[in-house]
Amino acid sequence: MQVAKGTNVCCAMQLRADVSSLDGWTVVSLFGELDVASAPSLREQLIQLVSQGSHLLVLDLEGLDFLDSTGLGAIISALKRARTNGGDLRLVCTQSRIRRLFEITALDKAFPLFSSLDAAVRA
Amino acid sequence: MAVVELEIPARPAYLSLVRLVVDAAVSSLAPNLGGARLDDLKLAVTEACSNAIEAHQSVWSEEPVVIRCELDDRTVTVEVADRGGGFDPADLASLPAATDPQRLRHESGLGIPLMRTLADELVFEQATNGTTVRLTVYRAANAPGA
Repeated sequence: MQVAKGTNVCCAMQLRADVSSLDGWTVVSLFGELDVASAPSLREQLIQLVSQGSHLLVLDLEGLDFLDSTGLGAIISALKRARTNGGDLRLVCTQSRIRRLFEITALDKAFPLFSSLDAAVRA
Repeated sequence: MAVVELEIPARPAYLSLVRLVVDAAVSSLAPNLGGARLDDLKLAVTEACSNAIEAHQSVWSEEPVVIRCELDDRTVTVEVADRGGGFDPADLASLPAATDPQRLRHESGLGIPLMRTLADELVFEQATNGTTVRLTVYRAANAPGA
């Protein structure tokens, strides 16, 4: 599967991922629910993006209605691959219920959480 | 006490339905639980159901996963019963700290720690034919210390 920027990719029925570019970063904006039903497909999509050379990734979680530990695992997987290739992965997240999941797992220390796309790409 | 029971096929596509039913049951029968605690409960129930579905798939079980919500004037309790192979929660390895570079080697293993954090009470009951996870949250006015 080739993932082109500017496309909308349906990861699963309840999750949509829109891919775009901003200041050299590949932005993946997620809408819907990221759980064990949708995480495997998103994981594959993110791996594909990194393998195509998108080593600087921003995941925009503002459109997420739900995130669970399997979804966190997919994000960890993408961060690991991006950093292995000399890149990075940053998260945009202001929703308290989504931020809370990063805070109680202490993963907010591994993933800096930004309040906007601009803040994420300019940090 | 009000009881709402749901049986789902052991497939991830049904997790959204479980969250909808838990949301509707709590919103209509225990409205004082509060939005943040309801979000916590839905996440904890999702983690329990994900484990149950995985347990069924590991033994090729076609039986349903049973989710039972019990709501009284003090608590909301959700039981998730599977017919999988069972496990011992004490056997779970602890994860490295988030600041430890080794932490990124672990993409799973957060589900049960999350349930322990999010629920006020968490009980695992092992039987020969599966596992029942019981998650309880206190309704605000009856929480200890409230």
